[in-house]
Amino acid sequence: MEFYIITLVKAALIAFVLLTAAAYLVWLERKVLAHIQLRLGPSRVGPHGLLQPLADAVKLLTKEDLIPRDAHKPFYLLAPLLAVSLSLISISVIPFGPEVEIFGYRTYLQLTDLSIGVLVVLAVSSLSVYGVALAGWASNSKYSLLGGLRSSAQMVSYELPLAITVAAPLLLANTLSFRELVDSQAGYYFGIIPRWNIFQLPMPQIFGFIIFLIAAFAETNRVPFDLPEAENELVAGFHTEYSSMKFAAFFTAEYINIMTICCVATLLFLGGWQPLFPAQYGSDFVPVLVNLGAAAVALYHGLNPARPKDRLTLPVVAAVFAGIALLFLVPFLKPILVPLFWFATKTGLLVFVFIWVRGTLPRFRYDQLMKFAWTFLFPVALLNLLATSFLVAVTSK
Amino acid sequence: MSDTVTPPPVTAETEASAERSTRRRMTLNMGPQHPSTHGVLRVLLELDGETIVRAEPDIGYLHTGIEKQCESKTWQQAVTLTDRVDYLSNLSNNLCYALAVEKLLQLEIPPRAQWMRVLLVELTRINSHLVWLGTHALDLGAMSVFFYCFREREDILRLFEMFSGQRMMTSYIRPGGLALEPPRGWDKAVRRFIDAFPSKVDQYESLLNRNPIFLERTKGVGILPLEDLLDLGVTGPMIRAAGMPWDIRKSEPYSSYEKFDFSVPTRTENDVYARFQVRVEEMRQSARIVKQALEGMPEGPWKADAPGILLPEREKMKTQMEALIYHFKIVTEGYSVPAGEAYQCVEAPRGEIGYYVVSDGTSRPYRVFMRTPSYGNLQALPDMIQGQLIADTIAAMGSMDFVLGDVDR
Repeated sequence: MEFYIITLVKAALIAFVLLTAAAYLVWLERKVLAHIQLRLGPSRVGPHGLLQPLADAVKLLTKEDLIPRDAHKPFYLLAPLLAVSLSLISISVIPFGPEVEIFGYRTYLQLTDLSIGVLVVLAVSSLSVYGVALAGWASNSKYSLLGGLRSSAQMVSYELPLAITVAAPLLLANTLSFRELVDSQAGYYFGIIPRWNIFQLPMPQIFGFIIFLIAAFAETNRVPFDLPEAENELVAGFHTEYSSMKFAAFFTAEYINIMTICCVATLLFLGGWQPLFPAQYGSDFVPVLVNLGAAAVALYHGLNPARPKDRLTLPVVAAVFAGIALLFLVPFLKPILVPLFWFATKTGLLVFVFIWVRGTLPRFRYDQLMKFAWTFLFPVALLNLLATSFLVAVTSK
Repeated sequence: MSDTVTPPPVTAETEASAERSTRRRMTLNMGPQHPSTHGVLRVLLELDGETIVRAEPDIGYLHTGIEKQCESKTWQQAVTLTDRVDYLSNLSNNLCYALAVEKLLQLEIPPRAQWMRVLLVELTRINSHLVWLGTHALDLGAMSVFFYCFREREDILRLFEMFSGQRMMTSYIRPGGLALEPPRGWDKAVRRFIDAFPSKVDQYESLLNRNPIFLERTKGVGILPLEDLLDLGVTGPMIRAAGMPWDIRKSEPYSSYEKFDFSVPTRTENDVYARFQVRVEEMRQSARIVKQALEGMPEGPWKADAPGILLPEREKMKTQMEALIYHFKIVTEGYSVPAGEAYQCVEAPRGEIGYYVVSDGTSRPYRVFMRTPSYGNLQALPDMIQGQLIADTIAAMGSMDFVLGDVDR
């Protein structure tokens, strides 16, 4: 009974945090892109546009829900459902922190600790191509069809290098469970260099990490691999004919996928919640310092406001950051929050890279994208795996 | 161009491939509402997978009848219509029309006005190329370049507003000179812009020309032999990128262009990337011309001495009877132009603009024909993208830099 309650609480909590994070990821993306592009981004709804996700949700909910006349209805309706539910499934096996004790219960910061978590994520992400392909096919629109076709081909091609690069850290850790993967990355070389998989001997996975990131861009259909929804060629690609909440479902799925893939990258290559440097050098105080620094910056800009309303909003932001900083000092919360902080920071940085790249790079052409996957990414991933397995075999005795 | 009529290669190729392939084809209707047709162009694409078997541009959605409308306006009023032909190179159109009408009127334009015209027209070229670069990059998926280009474009539009009171529909260059006296402080404003501009061009270039994805997308795409381009009436940067140094500013200088020192950038690769390079280099050359015009700006009047054609000054109207009469006549019925015909071409950002103006001696044009560069450039589309992918269509269309208003007029 206890197990069910804890699981339900955790599921509700994770779903809530995840959906909120997805909504604010959209806000963040719009803001970061805007500042890259000399714009302000959302700024009307709430202070600094912070309520924009809410407004977007209301807008999408109240929009007319159109179904094209000649659409294949069952599949047309199934596609967004499939997309969003598959994207939610894979997050359930992802751990966010170590085993912790809350109110006397020992539990993992994770919904389910599967011994084959990595495989589940790979399998589910392979399935998610169905959402896109079905949407493209069932809409009965040429633009959607082309978008769906492109996407299926692309996702299938990039699945391969992705899976192969994932195999290398698995060899190093000799496990398929995310939790054990992270545990294997604990500790430091010379007491200072973290044993994360991108640094880990005998074969640092730095190339594997880069290949994984590239494939992840393709897997989530992001620039420069956003061909399925290449706006300038195929209008909106596979979701051209979707409106209202069905469109929102695809949109949410896309952003949850980004977060999932960044979480996976963090777990596989960046040591999950393992801190950057050992606790004896004070790594536990990094979150406090970061948040206090953020508070100081916000306070400074609040006292020297660029706009009149900043005088009111920014000190509030500063107070929030200072409060978070203090939370990290509470002895009872510290063992939970510090690993979460490291995990969230690493994931957040990767997410930022996703947004950054979108603001910078042009888009591949369809055939070039395929060529890139098969003639470059795939062989390099294979070489990386071969080298890793060779070195692991040599050194394991 | 040639006397022998050869069947257009589109149909010839299509028939051959129709025999070869029995697979079902898909007809995709691209436009008239489509994010990257830049206006209301409709392209009928016949696709085999994503390969284009046949492309057929369908124009006319933006037909405004500007040529015909000119006939119901006075010579002076028609200037405002020329703005609206190609809204990105409004001053080039103004200039071309003004030069054609001045040919009929046999007006002598004072050097200051001529130099000012050159300055403004080159700013227009920069403006147009900035819009082209931004949208071209946007089409290829590089979003941010668009905003950087529009930052500088905004500066140019502010300059235009300073001169004429209008950002886009300037109508500033008119038969006989300029519409208004250049505003106070214009030289400082132009100098501030033009000093900063070359480094901005380097910025755009560095965002694109070392980007492997951009190179992949543009190199070797949209090639059509120079002879075909000439047969189809393509002009401007597109033929200069094919290796032909054809520039009216050099070959038939107008408005004192012969006194300026600039080079005509050419490339021989003849692909989308070559067109990109040519246009970026043209921006630099235009900046050079603007600088020269700014530094060597002659003193003197800014409009011709033609009392019956240009409005007299306010002061004179209050003291001289003659001036008052001219003013009344020009305002009520316009000035009449001696019967005859004239053709004038100028090098606009997009290529060669030609105005063929016929007068029957009245105060309204008998006929104004516009040879617009976008029309000729767009004609190359079907041949250029045949056998390529949809994505190449976008790149090729972007490299043509057409404005639909200019095509349909």
